[in-house]
Amino acid sequence: MKTELGSLVDESVTIIREVAAEFENPVLLFSGGKDSVVMLHLAVKAFSPARIPFPVMHIDTGHNFPEVIEFRDRCVAEMGVRLIVGSVQGSIDAGRVADVSGPRASRNPLQTVTLLDAIAENKFDAVFGGARRDEERARAKERVYSHRDVYGQWDPKNQRPELWNLYNSKHQPGEHFRIFPLSNWTELDIWRFVGDNNIELPSIYFAHRRPVFRRDNMWMAVTPFLQPEANETASEQMVRFRTVGDATCTAAIESIASTVDEVVAETAVARITERGATRADDRISEAGMEDRKRTGYF
Amino acid sequence: MERLKFATVGSVDDGKSTLIGRLLFDSKSIFEDQLEHIETVSKRRGDDYVDLSLLTDGLRAEREQGITIDVAYRYFATPKRSFIIADCPGHIQYTRNMITGASNVDLALVLVDARTGIVEQTRRHSLLVSLLGVPHLVICVNKMDLVDYDQSVFDSIRHEFETFASRLDLQDVTFLPISALAGDNVVSRSANMTWFEGPTLLHHLENVYTASDENRIDTRFPVQFVIRPQRADIPDYRGYAGCVAGGVISVGDEVMVMPSGLTTKVTAIDSPAGPQNEAGPGKAVTLVFADDLSITRGNMICRPHNRPRSSQDLEAMVCWMDDVNPMQLDKIYTIKHTTNVVRAKMTSVLYRLDISHLHRESGVSSLAMNEIGRVTLHTTAPLFFDDYHQNRTTGCFIVIDETTGQTAGAGMLLSPRS
Repeated sequence: MKTELGSLVDESVTIIREVAAEFENPVLLFSGGKDSVVMLHLAVKAFSPARIPFPVMHIDTGHNFPEVIEFRDRCVAEMGVRLIVGSVQGSIDAGRVADVSGPRASRNPLQTVTLLDAIAENKFDAVFGGARRDEERARAKERVYSHRDVYGQWDPKNQRPELWNLYNSKHQPGEHFRIFPLSNWTELDIWRFVGDNNIELPSIYFAHRRPVFRRDNMWMAVTPFLQPEANETASEQMVRFRTVGDATCTAAIESIASTVDEVVAETAVARITERGATRADDRISEAGMEDRKRTGYF
Repeated sequence: MERLKFATVGSVDDGKSTLIGRLLFDSKSIFEDQLEHIETVSKRRGDDYVDLSLLTDGLRAEREQGITIDVAYRYFATPKRSFIIADCPGHIQYTRNMITGASNVDLALVLVDARTGIVEQTRRHSLLVSLLGVPHLVICVNKMDLVDYDQSVFDSIRHEFETFASRLDLQDVTFLPISALAGDNVVSRSANMTWFEGPTLLHHLENVYTASDENRIDTRFPVQFVIRPQRADIPDYRGYAGCVAGGVISVGDEVMVMPSGLTTKVTAIDSPAGPQNEAGPGKAVTLVFADDLSITRGNMICRPHNRPRSSQDLEAMVCWMDDVNPMQLDKIYTIKHTTNVVRAKMTSVLYRLDISHLHRESGVSSLAMNEIGRVTLHTTAPLFFDDYHQNRTTGCFIVIDETTGQTAGAGMLLSPRS
């Protein structure tokens, strides 16, 4: 492995082991997206030759790309880890949240309720996420061990100092931590790691033809959950996804990169950030992510 | 290509955020959508020019109040090196923020306004850099454009700093005259300061030599996690996972386990990149030993003839960071040191440091938020440690308030005063 990535891997593996040693009941958020796939592979490396000592969890909006769900299930089966699915549809059916409607509706914000309910129900005290500080302004300020109060809230103005490589896991019953071992990775680091380790990713990360339509200067995929409005026209384009999330708020980019090496080359010269190019949910306001995180979002 | 982690320290007025913006902008590390975004915000606020500080001020309150509240991390790369910037705000809770951002960096960059020269804040920041044992310090004399790029201004600031810094423990100090706003000597050489023959800031960051900063002599391996696979094909596997805290461990080495004092041999080193013959500082590895000894998390692996110190009575410089509860003598705290968690009482404050004037104040029995003092403490179990200046990893600890869970203090272990 190249030394450049090596130090990031060492840091992440050390954090993952520390959490396994200090918390009673950790869980790893796993959506099948590239960051969570890298997290799962790092967890395998951290405990090899033993099995990963915690389950993985997917918060499922029900509005997925089918390739990703197929990949998710195959991946956990091959790795031999236990998958817990927190269902947004389940939360809607139970009356915990109201479904959204209209042509621009997205279940993305509803995930917070499902996530917090699943954390409480399973008594998770540490929740690994694949978020990176290079992704977004608010995340650039977040700790590796990010404390959440009993309401799942993040208080950005009152974060615990985080010094050296010493992490403070102290919390009251009902509180939990979000843990971000990939904090110091960039999008390019993720792709280089995927290439160096021959890691499989969902096919939608690579260039393919698909029906899309233009909305807010982004290519949105035509899916059962998202249809063009009257003034929008669908056409088939060569695209790939830079991020994979809820199908109603994740856009594709035009690309002919069909291998990891080609994606690395494309990422190295990208002039637009990952989320800026692809995430409708960050465009709501200047502090969209911060506001969602405060109430318990990923 | 290696990674350099550096902290930028200073207040808004020093032009720190502008400097970071300049580094990112001139090294083409700002993305179009980020630039478009800050251009829009600057225009809406009626700024005369694009405010590059908006790149690092990520929180709502920061943007509303035009101040930086917390440490922000930024990433950029040149063909020579990858960089992590820990951007530490200087004016509010400066000690707490700066220690958070600078505790494990390779280099600290302190900004000085050319018009005002060395101020109290410069002295405080430099003292913290010295206490934290940051190996490299860069003093950027900024806003040279506002003093007509006058060499004598730069020279006198440099002289004044050197006089003050002779009382500190700084190993490598570099002085650079720059203008972050105009871009002089940040990424490109300044045509306005031909009298300066040193490197640009970026050139210095790309080339500063860090390979000798880590301790590769004294073998230290705090056991973090015991790996027992419970698998039929490898029923006897016992691996001891952790991160090498010092020295270089090789297959075949005779090692000692503390506190038991038992010795064994390293038979294998597993790593995320596969089996290794040796592992140096910072490597996350799993050690396998020849003998089946009782080894648990918190034990320290070392060499039989090079052991860390072991004691329950410790002396340390402690920075207090709890804004609600000051440090109290005889109160029980939790201490986290390497992979060990113990309980401890602070037994005395030997002195409090006046960090503006480097005076030692005696007769003190408490430390408030942002205060630094030399204290003695007694722990419920021995720690295996080194002097902080010998080894940052085995010499540091955090103090946790058992009631609130807050990280209340940061400590650097020192040899007891004779």
